[in-house]
Amino acid sequence: MDSALIPKGVKRCPIWQFALGLGVVGAVLLWGVYAMFLCWFKGLNQTNMNDYYGFALWIWADLAVIALGGGAFFTGLLKYIIGKDDLKNIINYAVLIGFICYSSALLILAIDVGQPLRSWFIFWHANVHSMLTEVAFCLSCYFAVLTIEYIPLVLENRQLDKVPFVHNLTHTMHEHMAVFAATGAFLSFFHQGSLGGVAGVLFGRPFAFREHLFIWPWTFFLFTWSAAAYGPSFTLLVTRITEKITRKKLVKESTIQLLAKISGWMMLTYITAKIIDTVYWATTTAPSLGFTLKDFYSNNPVYGFWILGAELILGGVIPALMLVTPKIRQNRFALTTATVLAVIGVCLNRWVMILQVMAVPVMSFDTWAMYYPSWQEVATTVLPVAYGIILIMISYRYLPVFPNEAELNPLEPETPVVATAGTEEAAEEGPEPELTPAEA
Amino acid sequence: MFPFNFEWIWDMSHIIFMGGLWYALSILGAGMTFCIIKAILATANGKGSHHH
Repeated sequence: MDSALIPKGVKRCPIWQFALGLGVVGAVLLWGVYAMFLCWFKGLNQTNMNDYYGFALWIWADLAVIALGGGAFFTGLLKYIIGKDDLKNIINYAVLIGFICYSSALLILAIDVGQPLRSWFIFWHANVHSMLTEVAFCLSCYFAVLTIEYIPLVLENRQLDKVPFVHNLTHTMHEHMAVFAATGAFLSFFHQGSLGGVAGVLFGRPFAFREHLFIWPWTFFLFTWSAAAYGPSFTLLVTRITEKITRKKLVKESTIQLLAKISGWMMLTYITAKIIDTVYWATTTAPSLGFTLKDFYSNNPVYGFWILGAELILGGVIPALMLVTPKIRQNRFALTTATVLAVIGVCLNRWVMILQVMAVPVMSFDTWAMYYPSWQEVATTVLPVAYGIILIMISYRYLPVFPNEAELNPLEPETPVVATAGTEEAAEEGPEPELTPAEA
Repeated sequence: MFPFNFEWIWDMSHIIFMGGLWYALSILGAGMTFCIIKAILATANGKGSHHH
């Protein structure tokens, strides 16, 4: 029915199966949309946010998807600016994942601001002393970059590409993509950093506060670094999941190995810096503000030393070592495990830097303030996941997301080709007679 | 926010923040305009008509 829209040389599931999949994920999406409208029409009383928790599940989800979407800017930087041309095999998917992550972040913010119709206030009545203003500026601009990077992929659809202007526009945009990628890398550096900076400048919150380099706290650099390290791992993980679901090899192994290696080394250097930062904070910064390390990890039902270990060791050191070791990295199961651990690690880091910061008592008469999200918050956080799956499904079906797919998964001819006996071609290309068909 | 808005103050914060925003938007806008014009000219010259 829709075969004219499907890229040439690849096979897709029947339309009924595709529609069924869309329907299942669409039901989850509708649940999230319902919760979203509840928040918009009834207000933020639908959430469990309170005077302690101005930042809650949504802001964690925002920071997590922005870090995970970092694969787009870093892969773009590596391909277009540094010249790692092998990454051309995965750049489309990295851009798609980045586009989903950043549009999800903007959607979540549109719910979180409570009054989405006034979102433009941040541009027109900007508070130029706020790191969050910089985040809003860079986030919006970078989303525009991702849209520009995603457009040529959409225009490469088999039918759209037949239109000469569309074909020429796609070609021209590909030619000049380095300009957009460089702008994207510049914007990403600042907004990823500023998201970390927001926590690091909170001098009233000793759990988050860090020493500064000029005006930037260390968390500024750690957040950018971690996004560049963990984002490509998320790209690899989603690629792996897509390969499992489609039962196809979609990206060349050399590309996977290259990106995994780069991600691993970035992660190893990041986690080393993060451990140094943590040791300095625990032994110098926090004590200078009247706190001991134990104050941050005791007398509460959730936040123990386990979370520090899980973030640094389980989600940092272990996946980093796995990814930089060629023998482990070349094992697909180990590679997938490493990327799963990495994703857990960066999500935990963002959770700690948002929610544990709010939970830790800062006054002598304070107690731990615990927070559990309402179902509306959970539904609106699941909403972007469902939206992302749907966009991946549609893009994979109708767009040439994976340039090597046809080559890696050659289609079997519909009618068996019988070689004509006696011709030179048959003699040269046919299997050797002593081999069985399977060996041949 | 532009310099002609009542909230505008000529200080470093406004110049860096708003200058950075308009600079980034200008690059993106100019880049896209360039690509579209180039594609229109290429189409007018008959390129891309017989690529199938």
